[in-house]
Amino acid sequence: MPDATGLELLAGELRDAEDESVLGTLHFRGQATILADPRHVRAVLARLRGKGYRHLMSVHGVDYYPEEPRLGVLYELLDRSRLDRVRVKVRVPTDAAVVESVTPDWPTADHQEREVYDMFGVVFEGHPDPRRILMPEDYEGFPQRRDFPIGGEPVLFTKDAAIGADYTQ
Amino acid sequence: MSATEAGPGKSAYREREESVELSHVKAPAAYDGEAPDSELLTLNMGPHHPATHGVLRLLVTLEGEVVRDLKPIIGYVHTGIEKTAEDKAYWKAIPVIERMDYLAYFFNAYAFCGATETLLDIEVPRRAQYLRVIHMELNRIMSHLVWLGTSALDLGAMSMFWYCFREREMILDLFEYSTGQRMHTRYFQVGGVIEDVPAGWADKVREFCDVMPGRVDQYGDLLSKNEIVLQRLRNVCPLGNEELLALGVTGPLLRAAGNPWDLRKAMPYCSYEDFDFKIPVGTEGDNYDRFAVRMQEMKESTKIIVQALDGLPEGPFIVEDRKVALPPRHELATSMEALIHHFKLVTEGFRVPPGEVYFPVESPRGELGCFVRSDGSSKPARVHMRDPSFVNLQATNAMVKDSYIADLIATLAMMDPVLGGIDR
Repeated sequence: MPDATGLELLAGELRDAEDESVLGTLHFRGQATILADPRHVRAVLARLRGKGYRHLMSVHGVDYYPEEPRLGVLYELLDRSRLDRVRVKVRVPTDAAVVESVTPDWPTADHQEREVYDMFGVVFEGHPDPRRILMPEDYEGFPQRRDFPIGGEPVLFTKDAAIGADYTQ
Repeated sequence: MSATEAGPGKSAYREREESVELSHVKAPAAYDGEAPDSELLTLNMGPHHPATHGVLRLLVTLEGEVVRDLKPIIGYVHTGIEKTAEDKAYWKAIPVIERMDYLAYFFNAYAFCGATETLLDIEVPRRAQYLRVIHMELNRIMSHLVWLGTSALDLGAMSMFWYCFREREMILDLFEYSTGQRMHTRYFQVGGVIEDVPAGWADKVREFCDVMPGRVDQYGDLLSKNEIVLQRLRNVCPLGNEELLALGVTGPLLRAAGNPWDLRKAMPYCSYEDFDFKIPVGTEGDNYDRFAVRMQEMKESTKIIVQALDGLPEGPFIVEDRKVALPPRHELATSMEALIHHFKLVTEGFRVPPGEVYFPVESPRGELGCFVRSDGSSKPARVHMRDPSFVNLQATNAMVKDSYIADLIATLAMMDPVLGGIDR
């Protein structure tokens, strides 16, 4: 992890390239986070790649309910030669949950972005295969959101289809 | 009376057979000038297929016997563990999180505990770190044994399965001895381990470590000179370092392509810097290297276990901080304060300062990262597991494209995906 000063320098370099691309930084427990503008996330990640963070290890979503903007997408970057990690975070509201897909640049993001869409409803623009991945195709709602209740899932039995109690009804 | 015994005179059946006239049946027209065997066939493999190692469904597009495209379809064992964990206090979330990648339960528990400890900013006692290392490395051997047994079974080597499960039983007995459970032990706690290892356990582990390298050699004698195994694995479905890195593949699959990336060495955690061990790497990145790397890893793991037992420090096995760790049982009878702490921990759990951390560890399948977000309450606001099987699965298409469907089975076996971890 870059230290707090290193993180500020890194964020400064990103701001020099594009002023509004970086919204803030956070250094917590030795881990560095860059808060990026969702419209520029692909460019920010590409620039960080040029600075050595060549590997995208994880993409995951977070629901910050009740904070606004509610949804977050986090990208964990890794520099294998300097043994350094940095996290890029974007925040989007639920009514405009659109983030540019980074799958064309980082093929590893394919399944992970699909999971974030599946669980949080963040749409990744430009994703080659934007479908649900873990939940059924016809599932309604985004189960990892904080206001999605636990329990009450109908159990799917084919025998119930005959009496109209099928979950698709 | 059969046809051969019918003699020179034709039977009534043969006469009737010859009277059938087929000249009016036309041969099917050629498919736009192509040979019939060049037609593409889309086939479902799984979700209930013995060679998919769980409930993995593969949508395979075949041209004859050659795989032209492959799409993994997952989610059949999605149980919402990440969601469930949000509804449980930190220490009560450990048992459900352990059940994600069901062959690497100590790693799941460690990744979550490590993330929570980072959030709490607590230092884990050295003895607890060593005990964790011993259990994790035993778990790594156990996971590789299940992989080896089932993969050999996929290649047709039935007896390997029994040999591997024989040694796996020894490890599970050791787990039962130290933790009380064979699988999903809930042994790792936030701040350390739940209790010290019992008397005599270390000797049993040493006995196992004496036996295990010889057993790995026996497996090698059975498999690595076996012509069928070599034909099925050598130069089959290789994938180079750069493609693997782009796809985010980690663990033995990446090391098989010659990249010595292992988090235990690169970014040591849990006292791994104290131990002397090597990272086996392959050269070609084919199925044989994937096989050979894991075989050597089992031997290296026994070395780590022996070193950890030799250097096992004295001292506490869990942090003394009563706000995080349960007080010892005997204190409850004499100390009011211990009783209060116990009550608070068991009912509400401990509160964790707000923040977000990502804690990566080297699981048997690669980088297992646990992301935990705390909102300051006693329940995690978000738990996400970056499961190596989930990410590695994306490399299946790149690996098996344009190879035979039989090689797909061998490659899937050598990838060692665990669907519990993929679907969570």
